[in-house]
Amino acid sequence: MSKVRLATVWMDGCSGCHMSLLDMDERLIDLMQHVDLVYSPLVDTKEYPENVDVVLIEGAVSSEEDVEKIHKIRHRSKLVVSLGDCAVTSNVPGMRNRFKIEDVEHRAYIENAQNNQHVPRSVIPKMLPHSRPVHEFVKVDLFVPGCPPEADTIFFTLSELVAGRMPDLTGKTYFGA
Amino acid sequence: MLLEELNALAEKEKAGRKQICVRCCMSAGCVSSQAVEIKKALEKAVVDKQLTDKVEIRRVGCMGYCGQGPMVSIESEGLLYEHVTPENAPSIVEALAGGKTDVEKGDPNMPFFARQMLVVRAHGGRIDPERIEDYIEVGGYTALHRVVHDQTPAQVVEAMTKSGLRGRGGAGFPSGLKWATVAKSKGDRKYVICNGDEGDPGAFMDRSVLESDPHTVIEGMAIAGYAVGASQGYIYVRAEYPLAISRLQIAIRQAKQNGLLGEGLFESTFNFNVEIRIGAGAFVCGEETALMASIEGRRGQPRPRPPFPAESGLWGYPTLINNVETFANVVPIIQKGPEWYATLGTEKSKGTKVFALTGKVRNNGLIEVPMGITIRQIVEELGGGAPEGATIKAVQTGGPSGGCIPAELFDTPVDYDSLMKVGSIMGSGGMVVMDNSTNMVDVARFYMQFCMEESCGKCIPCRAGTVQMYNLLNKILSKQGTIKDLEALEELCDMVKNTSLCGLGQTAPNPVISTLRYFRNEYLALLQPEPPGEKAKTNGHLAGSTH
Amino acid sequence: MAVKTFTIDGQAVTAEETDTILQAATDAGIKIPTLCHLDGLGDVGACRLCITEVSGTNKLLPACVTKVSEGMEIKTNSERIQKYRRMILELLFAERNHVCSVCVANRHCELQTLAEEHGMMSVRFPYQYPNTTVDASHDWFILDHNRCVLCTRCVRVCDEVEGAHVWDVMGRGTNSRVITDLNQPWGDSETCTSCSKCVQVCPTGALSSKGKSVAEMVKKRDFLPYLMATREEKI
Repeated sequence: MSKVRLATVWMDGCSGCHMSLLDMDERLIDLMQHVDLVYSPLVDTKEYPENVDVVLIEGAVSSEEDVEKIHKIRHRSKLVVSLGDCAVTSNVPGMRNRFKIEDVEHRAYIENAQNNQHVPRSVIPKMLPHSRPVHEFVKVDLFVPGCPPEADTIFFTLSELVAGRMPDLTGKTYFGA
Repeated sequence: MLLEELNALAEKEKAGRKQICVRCCMSAGCVSSQAVEIKKALEKAVVDKQLTDKVEIRRVGCMGYCGQGPMVSIESEGLLYEHVTPENAPSIVEALAGGKTDVEKGDPNMPFFARQMLVVRAHGGRIDPERIEDYIEVGGYTALHRVVHDQTPAQVVEAMTKSGLRGRGGAGFPSGLKWATVAKSKGDRKYVICNGDEGDPGAFMDRSVLESDPHTVIEGMAIAGYAVGASQGYIYVRAEYPLAISRLQIAIRQAKQNGLLGEGLFESTFNFNVEIRIGAGAFVCGEETALMASIEGRRGQPRPRPPFPAESGLWGYPTLINNVETFANVVPIIQKGPEWYATLGTEKSKGTKVFALTGKVRNNGLIEVPMGITIRQIVEELGGGAPEGATIKAVQTGGPSGGCIPAELFDTPVDYDSLMKVGSIMGSGGMVVMDNSTNMVDVARFYMQFCMEESCGKCIPCRAGTVQMYNLLNKILSKQGTIKDLEALEELCDMVKNTSLCGLGQTAPNPVISTLRYFRNEYLALLQPEPPGEKAKTNGHLAGSTH
Repeated sequence: MAVKTFTIDGQAVTAEETDTILQAATDAGIKIPTLCHLDGLGDVGACRLCITEVSGTNKLLPACVTKVSEGMEIKTNSERIQKYRRMILELLFAERNHVCSVCVANRHCELQTLAEEHGMMSVRFPYQYPNTTVDASHDWFILDHNRCVLCTRCVRVCDEVEGAHVWDVMGRGTNSRVITDLNQPWGDSETCTSCSKCVQVCPTGALSSKGKSVAEMVKKRDFLPYLMATREEKI
């Protein structure tokens, strides 16, 4: 049986979900018998590959770059999983949504900056007016809420997916877990 | 007051009438276009032409043909003037003395008038709403005298039941049954409430009745009070109707002065008083439990029923609450008998209904028609059909709780059950005619926005569901929606309809449901062709980008 | 007092005629989800989560305010009801800015628990991100409108139990807000007795005690039935 082509993506999140993923510890080794990690912040691939079987997305969609990325990912992946509250609900990144972008930028780059106080207009991707959950942009096949979802939850999810089953997460995780 | 005194007043009034009566419509519509000045100018012209012995100028209520106002009618001469200005006054009066006038004339025998059946509005446009003598002259307060002296409360309730009258507020609950329930309910005291919080966009039937014939509503309430055993009535009128409020105040004061409200009416043991309560602009206060909360001085929010007001209403006492038009039907029923009333209309919907006919028809205004008349007859005969170059597409009845009836169903008779069957409701009487230039999705959005803004916020489905439905309609109208959005809209409609606390929420999805039923193509035409889930929500140009 | 016999989810149940479906179900060990209801407070039937299907009517009846009657066949958990309940929860989450992960009431929140119990893994309706504020003017308590579900428990407990009627609701529709006094800052309220009943009955983190960090705000709701019981005994 060929290995499942797995990707993980880090968008607007704190990387906590990826930390939780690593928290699977030695179970990662078992899992790797069944999956190829074809794209991830944890590996070296630069371009999101074609024909991804499963992609775990951490983080909300907050910038124009994220929008581009998420569409590319959707096109190139069979099963899109929103991993963690930021991807599922926009969570902490979404807390800026009730403020104007200019105010948010001013707060971050000027008020709270020690030095070099200016709002970067190049290099940094343009922020969307609202940071939003992934499924408001593309179809999402599975939601795994949690902040972050526990390693056990992620392991259960991946094990079921590798086994060709859609995991039932009722009672296993929740918003803010 | 005794019956003899009442009759004497009527005789005195009749004797004082002059040969020619020039009636000047002084309802809100005409007043807003200088009716007050027109009346003054007419009075001056009569003096100038030395016709004061022969001609009287009378302030009257709504004549109904509001689209052509301000209106002046001279019944004895068969004259009806339209779009009158104060400058027209001298020539109108001169015409009475044999001169000529080029003021725009209407035809008082046109189908708009001839096809109507006046029961509720019988005195509208005929009597001075600010003079109780005018009302007494046409038999006012004799019905109250009759029930107080010749009938038991049970007989009055029986008459209401026999008449077959159903509530004119929209839901069509049998009035007799409601009266009977309140009459049977036990309570130290009981209340009668008249719901004049008419709030549907495009509806002005109740305003017109209150402005044109306030005494008939007061008398109807007093009869109701006698029938159910209440001695206190409240008329709840929205603050947006200042003229109706002022005429009611005058009418109540005059009735009290003449002993037609107060203690021991017609020297009986029956007491009845009426007070006005003014709404503060919330549509939801037309819902009976919210209305009562508002009268009690609390936040105007509905509460779950049961208990129904008939058992536990105002301050927990049994309360009869009916709409303005319902009360306006009471006096004719008592005067002419329930058997007569039951001959009007259809088997299950008796009597007449007043509609505010507006939108894309030649003749706009208030009409009173027998139940069972078809929509086609209303639109084409009374309404005079579409204006030049337009094709009528649908009629909206029932306001934000109602639905759109497409032209192919215009042979539907106007009665409670038939309208329900085609996905609309009788409602309180708004009837908006739409032509081909109207996008039905836009219509649905208009009403949804109305419900969203008027939701009281108490229950979640209505409070949050209307917001989501409104946003989805906006998305579809701005051509950003997909078939998934339409599905979500339909799911929300179903859920809000079935789970909301009060009538506002339960019927808020109706305009969407009915336009989807008959004009689904207009929704589909606005949808994005892209497969769902693949479309950028923010800007289209990023979709499918692969660099 | 007359006793009525009826069924809830097929189970034969008896209850007094003054009981609501919710009381009867609770006594029979059948759980019906609630949010605005709280034992000890008057019911308002506002959240619509406790809707049930009852034989003989097409309408869905809220269990908290519907009295039992003889021969009723009540369904508390049909597929249709489950679907509606889930949608109600999704609408609530989308309406304000509920961020469980950083909330003082995380793990002690009735809204969060309801979502978990109903297997709600995401919210399909677009989040509204309203510009809701926080009132931290009171010496001891915080009102965070971002987390308010407008259940009006605070309004009722303050009116019915404390007797101060500090709280009420202003505005319409989705712009409704709970307010203290005449929409003055809580800290300026002349009527508030600082009894903290509102904080304790609040189902979410909308009302909390100052000084609590994420997941630290544990509410003590049991005081209410106890208080009501002792009051009745006195009378």
